[in-house]
Amino acid sequence: MQQFNKTPEFKTDKPILVMKQLCKSYQLGTVQLQVLRNIDVTINSGEYVAIMGPSGSGKSTLLNMIGCLDHPTSGQYWLSGRNVFELNDDDLSLIRGAHIGFVFQSFNLIQQLNVVENIEVPMYYQGLSEHESAQRARKLAVMVGLGDRITHRPSELSGGEQQRVAIARALANEPLIILADEPTGNLDSESGSEILKILVDLHKQGKTLIVVTHDEGIATDAQRTIRLFDGRIKQNGER
Amino acid sequence: MFTFRLKRTVKLGIKSLWMHRLRSTLTTSGIIFGVSSVIAMLAIGEGASQHAQEQIARLGSCNIIIKTVEPPEEEQAGGRERVMHEYGLTYADAERFHNSIPNVEVVVPNRLLAQRAWYRNRKVAAEVIGTVPWFPDVSTVRLIQGRFLSSIDMHYKQSVCVLDENVVSELFAFDDALYQDIKIATDYYRVVGIVTQQAIVSDLQTFDNQAPAAPGQGGANVGNIYIPLTTIKDRFGEISIEFSGSSGAKIEKVELHEIIVKVGSIEEVLPTRDILETLLDRFHKQSDYQVVVPLELLRQAERTKMIFSIVLGSIAAISLLVGGIGIMNIMLATVSERTREIGIRRALGAKKRDIIVQFLSETLILTLAGGILGIILGSSIPYFVTYFGHMPTVITTSSLILAFGISAIVGITFGLYPAYRAANMDPIESLRHE
Repeated sequence: MQQFNKTPEFKTDKPILVMKQLCKSYQLGTVQLQVLRNIDVTINSGEYVAIMGPSGSGKSTLLNMIGCLDHPTSGQYWLSGRNVFELNDDDLSLIRGAHIGFVFQSFNLIQQLNVVENIEVPMYYQGLSEHESAQRARKLAVMVGLGDRITHRPSELSGGEQQRVAIARALANEPLIILADEPTGNLDSESGSEILKILVDLHKQGKTLIVVTHDEGIATDAQRTIRLFDGRIKQNGER
Repeated sequence: MFTFRLKRTVKLGIKSLWMHRLRSTLTTSGIIFGVSSVIAMLAIGEGASQHAQEQIARLGSCNIIIKTVEPPEEEQAGGRERVMHEYGLTYADAERFHNSIPNVEVVVPNRLLAQRAWYRNRKVAAEVIGTVPWFPDVSTVRLIQGRFLSSIDMHYKQSVCVLDENVVSELFAFDDALYQDIKIATDYYRVVGIVTQQAIVSDLQTFDNQAPAAPGQGGANVGNIYIPLTTIKDRFGEISIEFSGSSGAKIEKVELHEIIVKVGSIEEVLPTRDILETLLDRFHKQSDYQVVVPLELLRQAERTKMIFSIVLGSIAAISLLVGGIGIMNIMLATVSERTREIGIRRALGAKKRDIIVQFLSETLILTLAGGILGIILGSSIPYFVTYFGHMPTVITTSSLILAFGISAIVGITFGLYPAYRAANMDPIESLRHE
């Protein structure tokens, strides 16, 4: 199996992600819906970027694009030196698994698997051995503070705990980028701030962190905020 | 690499199926019943035909059996009441077969009489067969003890007899049968040999109506007693008198009840049969004989078996098909129910192929588990059929392999489409799916 370079680069000035004139449109019947227009974004390794904007401004589409879940209609997207536009479905799957850690608003854990097994899922698709991935999953569970709940099912966990599992899962393959889509959106403020603390700690350890949020508080923590409006970048920089 | 992934895939599949135990069980039951009906039906069909074939084979595939039958009433005597009714095969017929058809190797003329035999105070109803020393050549009987009849016995019309196992076990509880004297009708005969059992044509009646019952072969006879043909003619004569109520006595004269002809090879059986019939037709004015060809019966039995198997097999195959459609239905429902899980897995790095493997393996686990349980159930059904229904059944290995193979094919065929659908879902939309 093809293995991607898994060691994250900690040099903060090196761009890990470059988007040039990126456009995305959907065909809705006879109407062409322009969701993203001429997006130019560069994110360096180790950065903490918040993406903000009102509903329908294209935040989620941009996030999907960054996460290699979606193909752009035109433009260029380079992720750690590879042109994503040229990759086929299998390669995109591999990139997602190896380089990107997703944290979703609604946690998106697999209900029939317990904590450790959920954390193991991305490692399984990268071809790690059962023993190795189990060991690593346990370590990650301990790291997010769930060491004593590793055999619990998602339905037996609170929202905050579920989101911790999701973060542990996102870290499973040591990704280059952690993509968090409203990570605190479904949580009460207390567990929300706990989750945010974990994410910020990860950034401090050198991870690249991209958070989509409505929460201005998160945006103030971030080094940079990208504001989208109607598919265009309205603001891109430190506030 | 592949094997450990396979193990984990199977583990994961079982886990997912275990989440919906009732659904999985109900889905599998379609396959279970399909597979077990395939096995049970093939076993019953195979048993019936094998039983018939064994019986036929014991008659000898190179043999042609000509039997005396009583001619129909209207053909008899042209209206005039005759005192004695004379019909059937004669010594002359046997002579002609032997002399005029070159490829006939052995001719065995037999007289058959239903008689009672006694030893001390034990009694048995048996078929007394007057035959010739070379009878074993056309028969599958094997000598267990002593000797068969000899030409000296024939020449001197000796009072000797050869018993088959059944007669021995009925007559002799404790004594050794050999060289004892048994009484048949009014005379005593010395037992000179013991043989295994002989198949008789009337056994075949259960299988095929074409095979006629030999005269005198009642169902009550437990076995055969062989005595020299000359002796039987001497002691019992050729005339039988049967008193039948008010209509008076029925007097019959029959020389031979059957002639068994053996030819050199199986290919010669059918042409020789035609020659024999031509020959018989010329010398017999009434249709008082019937030609039975075991080989023909065997072929017919094989044809019947084939049709039987096709009919039963297709019924069972349809039930498997129905089971397969049921599985496909459930898998499609499962796929749409687990859309979100598919989206999550795709986002976490699963390729389309991984999703196909996951869902296909779940279907395969269902069908193969159904196949195994079906084999267990299907193998036990014939056992009960034999036990309670007294029908012979034979489970062949090929039917087990066939049933299991079909269930695997059903799993792949009906699992492929749902798996393919799962793999081709758009990851973004699946993630949004509630």
